[in-house]
Amino acid sequence: MSEYAIEAAGLRRTYRSRTGWLRPQRREVEAVRGVDLTVGNGELFGLLGPNGAGKTTTIKLLNTLLIPTAGTARICGFDVVRQTREVRRRIGYVFGGDRGLYDRLSARDNLRYFAELYGVPGREQKRRIAELLELVRLAGRENERVEGYSRGMRQRLHIARGLLHRPRVLFLDEPSIGVDPVAARELRQTVADLAATGTTVLLTTHYMAEADELCGRIAVIAGGRIQALGTPAELRHHADGRRVLEVEAYGVTDERLAAIHALPRVREASLEVIGAAQVLAVQSDAGVDVQADVLRELDGVRLGRVTARQPTLEDAYVAIVNRVDERRSPEAVPA
Amino acid sequence: MIAVGALLHAKQLSRSPFEIATALIIPVVQATLAVYLFRAGGEPGRLLEAAVGAGLMGVWSSVLFGSGGAIQNQRWQGTLEMIMLAPRPPALVVLPITLATAITGTYAMVATLAWGRLLYGIPLTFADPVAFAVAVPGCIVGLGMFGLLLASTFVLMRNANALTNTLEYPIWLVSGMLVPITVLPGWTGPVAAVLPTTWGARAVREAATGSGPVWPSLGICLAISLACLVLGALMMTHVERRARAAATLALA
Ligand SMILES: Nc1ncnc2c1ncn2[C@@H]1O[C@H](COP(=O)(O)OP(=O)(O)OP(=O)(O)O)[C@@H](O)[C@H]1O
Ligand SMILES: [Mg+2]
Repeated sequence: MSEYAIEAAGLRRTYRSRTGWLRPQRREVEAVRGVDLTVGNGELFGLLGPNGAGKTTTIKLLNTLLIPTAGTARICGFDVVRQTREVRRRIGYVFGGDRGLYDRLSARDNLRYFAELYGVPGREQKRRIAELLELVRLAGRENERVEGYSRGMRQRLHIARGLLHRPRVLFLDEPSIGVDPVAARELRQTVADLAATGTTVLLTTHYMAEADELCGRIAVIAGGRIQALGTPAELRHHADGRRVLEVEAYGVTDERLAAIHALPRVREASLEVIGAAQVLAVQSDAGVDVQADVLRELDGVRLGRVTARQPTLEDAYVAIVNRVDERRSPEAVPA
Repeated sequence: MIAVGALLHAKQLSRSPFEIATALIIPVVQATLAVYLFRAGGEPGRLLEAAVGAGLMGVWSSVLFGSGGAIQNQRWQGTLEMIMLAPRPPALVVLPITLATAITGTYAMVATLAWGRLLYGIPLTFADPVAFAVAVPGCIVGLGMFGLLLASTFVLMRNANALTNTLEYPIWLVSGMLVPITVLPGWTGPVAAVLPTTWGARAVREAATGSGPVWPSLGICLAISLACLVLGALMMTHVERRARAAATLALA
């Protein structure tokens, strides 16, 4: 067996699409621009990044759904382009969202079909399916048609499907989308258990806490390149020497956010919507207090709690991703 | 695996409200069409033949639209990526789907005959019931394999749907489902001869009316279908690779 579960070298992928029919226009998107990555056996590896960063594309390059434009990748030592079948035998793929299932069939029929397709031996199928239905808490409802399932139930069925053939490497692309907090916690437990028993997991998520809790190592990807890679503790160093001011607010506009970001001693500013409220996180150097300046910019906006705290993984992530944006913006503005 | 796949796909197909509506209405229309065509032609004795032909038209429509739509449908459902991830030759993954469309098409045959009997009193006396019972499933399996070739060709074409629509009637005609091949212009002969539908239709008709030996026609139908299967399988492998390079497996 190969030393690494996942190896990628110089992985690139360009999408070419044609739009327009009478006057066709070619459009090219460089989604992944040179990703190098090695993930060891049994490792739980996280892939974080903003929308459109190239996470899904990277996963599809690794799980044989896309052929790379350049570069190579191996799964358990098998090349993803030349040894497709060997790779497919060893991988599971779960993506977020409610598509990808046969709606008019029951959960059991869905699993039966994919068990057959993914080569689970006939003798084992029944037991394996029952086991997985139990694991994702769908036992008892397995004979209902999937069209009547809630989003979270579909997502759990997706996960069961991905595990049918006991894959050695599991790709989870935003598996916790639409899953309620209790189920999300169970999902994290399931993923952690899988990793503990030797399954390699590559996970993408937009929930920092999830990545922080689960992942042994994390790569932050933006603009199709890996911008930072390390353990959660190592990544947190990107926000070292910073201090975070958190303001609960209602009705902060993009202009105000930009104005705050432009304040002289502010390093980062980001806005997150939590329920009805917005949470504004402003990073500054540890020694300075920007509270007065920030509150002046927020004049007229209804505010809630204002707190100062130590930086988290999320703050480090924001710092990394914004650094990329700043570096890229000069070229994005043509003369 | 093919059997389980085909069965479950047939289940999924037969539960679609659109399919159910079509399946209820089309056979009535077809039975009516067949009856009036032949009444007008003054050949009431050939009503059964007409009804069988109409039923076959139903099977063909189901295979054509099913196979043409198979890939597109799976793409819309987001299941195309998931089934292509199976460690199997892509043809084996798609074949159950096209077979399923043929199986649901069988229902069209049965329904057309039933309506013909019910509404117009067409006597259902088959010259060779055993041969008929074998020829119909044989013809359907053949069409399912032919469907695989269609399905793989359709992936390469953006406007598969347009092509599907234009193919429906010509094949009915050329294969002699509606009218005997002998009345068609000569140039259609060679085309008809390579279409498995022609031979399948002929076998079924021969079994129903006793107008000729069934087995040679059925044999030729299956042989051509098998060739389609092999061709379709090769094509599928090629197409799958192209799709992975062009990123067309997902909807995106
Ligand atoms: N099939 C496609 N055709 C053309 N462009 C595409 C296609 N799929 C993705 N892209 C583009 O490639 C880039 C990377 O997309 P990708 O889906 O990998 O991002 P992501 O990191 O998964 O984002 P998200 O967090 O939103 O899921 C985007 O700019 C996207 O518009
Ligand atoms: Mg994505």
